[in-house]
Parts: sequence; structure tokens; C-alpha cells
Amino acid sequence: MLIQSIIMAWESVRSNKLRSFLTMLGIIIGVMALVVMVSLVNGATGVVTSEISNLGNDLLNVSVRDDKGSPLRLQDLNELASDETIRYAAPTGSMYTTAKHGYSDINASVTGATAAYFVIEGMELEAGRLIKTVDVENAAYVAVLSHDAAESLFSGEEAIGKTITLGGRSFRVIGTLKEDDSLMSAMFSSNSIYIPYTVESRMAGQPYISSFAVAAAGDTGAAEQAVADYLLNRFAQDDDSFQIINMSSISSAMDTVTGMLSLLLGGIAAISLLVGGIGIMNIMLVSVTERTKEIGIRKAIGAGRGTILMQFLIEALMLALFGCVFGLLLSALILMIVSMIAGSITFTMSPDVVILAVVFSSAIGLIFGLYPANQAAKKHPIEALRYEG
Amino acid sequence: MAEKKPIIIMNDVSKIYHVGGEEVRALDHASLTVYEGEFVAIIGPSGSGKSTLMNIMGCLDTADSGSYILDGQEIDDYSEQELAKVRNRKIGFVFQNFNLLSRLTAEGNVELPLIYQRLGHGERKRRVQAALERVGLTARAEHKPTELSGGQQQRVAVARALATNPSILLADEPTGNLDSKTGDDIMALFHKLHESGATIVLITHNEELAKQAQRVIRIMDGHVTEVR
Ligand SMILES: Nc1ncnc2c1ncn2[C@@H]1O[C@H](COP(=O)(O)OP(=O)(O)OP(=O)(O)O)[C@@H](O)[C@H]1O
Ligand SMILES: [Mg+2]
Repeated sequence: MLIQSIIMAWESVRSNKLRSFLTMLGIIIGVMALVVMVSLVNGATGVVTSEISNLGNDLLNVSVRDDKGSPLRLQDLNELASDETIRYAAPTGSMYTTAKHGYSDINASVTGATAAYFVIEGMELEAGRLIKTVDVENAAYVAVLSHDAAESLFSGEEAIGKTITLGGRSFRVIGTLKEDDSLMSAMFSSNSIYIPYTVESRMAGQPYISSFAVAAAGDTGAAEQAVADYLLNRFAQDDDSFQIINMSSISSAMDTVTGMLSLLLGGIAAISLLVGGIGIMNIMLVSVTERTKEIGIRKAIGAGRGTILMQFLIEALMLALFGCVFGLLLSALILMIVSMIAGSITFTMSPDVVILAVVFSSAIGLIFGLYPANQAAKKHPIEALRYEG
Repeated sequence: MAEKKPIIIMNDVSKIYHVGGEEVRALDHASLTVYEGEFVAIIGPSGSGKSTLMNIMGCLDTADSGSYILDGQEIDDYSEQELAKVRNRKIGFVFQNFNLLSRLTAEGNVELPLIYQRLGHGERKRRVQAALERVGLTARAEHKPTELSGGQQQRVAVARALATNPSILLADEPTGNLDSKTGDDIMALFHKLHESGATIVLITHNEELAKQAQRVIRIMDGHVTEVR
């Protein structure tokens, strides 16, 4: 009987193609709105969150505002790093200066680094070597160049072993870094040069540490607590004297924002699906009235209430599901085109969204089909037979 | 000859319509019996209550009072669902205006009551084939109603009524929309079916047609006035 009802519903949907299509249009647009918007948000946030986690989810950035006459030195950081919740700590102070090699010169940010710095920031070596603890201890005039800086200064030539000039002093290039392909570095040029912390602080006239980064050994929260305790102790229990930025709290804030964004857009899409459902109900009501005679005939030859109800309900469900399938196909097309235009980001339809669209469309078809189907089912056979439309 | 089995027993059946405060007694204590294998005509002028009678006989409607026994079953307080089932199994309708579904082919129309009986595919096809054969329309099985003449459409309707092997065939002015030649063909078909054992109730206001039946029941203002 179910199969027969499906066949009957299909025949009716098929026999009036234009009307069926117009009925589906609301659902098609609703599904498209839902799937495309959610997929776009997902794609974009996927990129942004991977950027943020590239910055380091277990990373704390600390800046000191007021050292209360007891400033931090490198050995203080080493002491801090010996805490079991903390893996590494490294100063992150930098200055801007001109870097020269031969006739080329660039404006570069020069960071005073320790060996730990490169690990914390997740920087990878392309050639040569990184700054070692001995370089820091001996205040050696050596430099590591970012990929961009090496390109700008040496334009493709071998950089390692060459000499560059920073603030009037000569540095030997000991290493170059791999290209940073994150979105951040694509937006901001990164002519970065890293020299031993001891050399940088002397050049900048900044003997104390005013900002540093900490990599947690496990739980970032515990590490944050340890750093805060240490600094409070040092700075007369004044929690305004320093600031700790927890990168994982940024990414969780980001998650909240994107979650709300998808909810909002999903809500808008849900409303347009709802409107599509009302469209189905309208057309189904018209169709039930038009087909009063048909209902009368079916009842006369033995169709019960339930049979008629089922037939019209399945018809509504079928319209909603066909609309959903059309909507999904069009969404896939739109996402393909958007991905082509966007280039670097590929937007894909996640199975979750597809399931959501199918479930939602079916529910809409059933809910908004129920009333017209019931109107059909409760018609009196004699009155229905007498109807001339 | 053995005692004839009654298919329809109506006793003091009344149906009253209320139209704007007025009472219309469409059926007023009507009593009649139809036996198995009979060909009965019910005749009366327009508005006499013929269609009302047929609706009750055909279980499309229920009486306000009186009792109705169809093929041994007391119909009086059947639910809507039970009435639908009785219509499906025991009644075959033939209407004046054919009442075929225009979207379906002749075959599809004949198959419909069998689908509602939940018969399997093979059994349905077999019965549809047999019914179309009995009305002589095998060649037009794939045609839609709009591609058939009035007479052919009525044959399809008869085939649909026959397909379920009903206890009784109820025909309300089956020739009313047909020219006299085609009408005669349909009447001939009814005679043929009657000879092969079908029980037929023909409702008409046409004396000539009524004469062709075995027995005539006359109805006037909701009363059964003459049973012959
Ligand atoms: N649904 C209804 N509401 C009110 N009155 C009705 C209804 N159906 C029938 N009647 C009345 O009941 C009476 C009998 O009607 P019925 O249709 O049974 O007549 P009929 O013998 O079939 O007439 P005809 O030969 O014209 O078809 C008529 O007076 C009619 O007006
Ligand atoms: Mg009538």
C-alpha cells in the first residue's frame, strides 16, 4: 500500500510539472540558502581557525606594563620555564631597523631571539642553522632571515655565510626560514630578521624583558596560572602590572563567534525553508480543492480516510524532498563556482549540512502537508463526488 | 427452485435533509429487498429520492433511521472506515458521468479498487485483464479517458465495478450521458453480465430502460410505491 501511495503521489507530481516545480521553488531556495550559507561560513572559519591554531593553541603572550623596579631578565625566564607546567619561555621584543646587503636595503623587524623562541613560534628552518644558546650567551653577531627577508636582500642568491648590516653593525647570516604560507603573512609582509636576544637588547637600549611568550607543557590554563602567580609575586600582587593573552582563549572566542554566525545564518535559512513549507501548504490546499472529485471517486471505490491522507501526505513529502535534492544540486554548483572564484579556499558541502537539509525539508513537507492531506481525507464521499470544479 | 438469497434488505429506511429550517424527506420509510442474481430497476421521477436510495445502498451514506442489511452484514452503525471497506469489497458503482480518473489509463482506473484491496501485482493484472475482457475493451487498456468515447468510458467504469467481484452492481442513470445507440450497448452489456450471474440494481427515470429489468421498484417522494 505504501508503494502504491508513493506511485500515486509520483503520478500526481509528474502530471503537473510546472506547478510541482513552482511548489518546490520555496524549498529549493530555502535549502540553497541553508547549505550555501552554512558551507561558506564553515569554509571561512575553517581557514581562520587553522590560522589561529597555527599561532599556537598552547601559547601565552605576556607583556609587562609596570615592572615595579624589579624588571625581568633572561635568567628569570629560564627560572619560569623550569616550572613543570611550562615547556618554554622566550622574550619576544623586537625593533624596526634598516637591513642592508650590497646595494639592497629593506625595512625589517628585528627580533631578539633565544633558541626556545623558534620552537615556541613553530618556525622551521630552510637552510643553515638557528640561533643557539651559545650565540645568546656570547652575544654573537649572527642573523637568521625569514624567507621574505632573504628574498628581498639576496633576491635568490645564496644568503648563508654572507654579511648583512643592521643599524650600522655587521651580522653573518647563519640560516633562512621556510616560507610562511599562512593567511596572516600573506596579508602583512614579513621581512623579519632574528638575532640573539643579548645583541638585540643592547642595540635597542632595552636591557629588560617587557614582553615574552610561554609554551605550556600541557594544560594552558595551568601554565597561565603559574605565570600569573610568578608575576604577581614579583610585582607586588598588582594584577594590572602585566597582561597575559591566552591564544587558546582567542580561538575559543572565535569558535563562539563563528558558532553564533552559523546559527544566525542557519536561522535565516530555516525561515526561508519555513516560507517554502507555507508555499507547499498553499498549493496543496488548492490542489486538494481542485481534486475534490478525484477524492470522491477514490472514496467511492473504497479508499478510506487513512489511504487518502497517506497519498496527499506523501505527495507533500515528495515535493519537499525533490525540492531539497534540487536545492542541494544547485548548492553544490554554487559552492564549486565560489571556490573557483575564491581560489585559495575550497568550500565543500559537509555531510552534516546535507543531512540537516534533508531532515528539515522532510519535516517541513510533513508538517505543512498534514493540514491539506487531512482536508482531503475528511471530505464526505457524496459531496466530493457531486463537486464540479 | 431453492430459496433465493437476499443481498439487500432495507427496512423502514428514512433520510431527512435539513435545508434552511425546512425538512426534506428524501427517503420516507422505504423498504425493499433485492435477491442474489436479480436485475432490478428502481424508477421514479426527478427528486423522488432515487440517488439518495442508491447512496445508502452503496454505503456512501447512512440512513437516519431504519435498518439496512447488505449481504448478511448490518450496515447501520458502521464507521466511516468500515463503510469504505464494504464499498471496496461488496459494491461496484457505475455513475451517470463515468467518474473515471483522467490521469490514469483504462487499466489504471480498473486496477484502483484492487489496489485498495491490497492485492498483489500479479493478481491485480490478471483481474484487470479479465474485467476489461468482459466489457470488450482489451484493445483500449492503455488509453486514457480523454482518448475514449463516452460509451467506452462507461465500459471502463463497468470493468472497474466488476473487477472486485462485488456482491452487487449499482448503476445510477448509466446511460444518461450517452446517445441511445451507445446506451443500448451498455444495457446489452448489463444483460450479458446478468446472465453470467451478476446482481444488478439499475436506477433510472426512463420507463423503456426499466422495462428491460426483471423486476421494477417504483419510488415517489421518498416512498416505495410499487414493487413488482
Ligand atoms: N445533500 C442534500 N441536501 C439537501 N437536500 C437534498 C440533498 N440531496 C438530496 N436532497 C433532496 O432530496 C430529494 C431527493 O433527491 P435525490 O437526489 O435522491 O433525487 P433523485 O431521485 O436522484 O433525482 P434525479 O432523478 O433528478 O437525480 C430531493 O428533493 C433533493 O432536493
Ligand atoms: Mg439522482
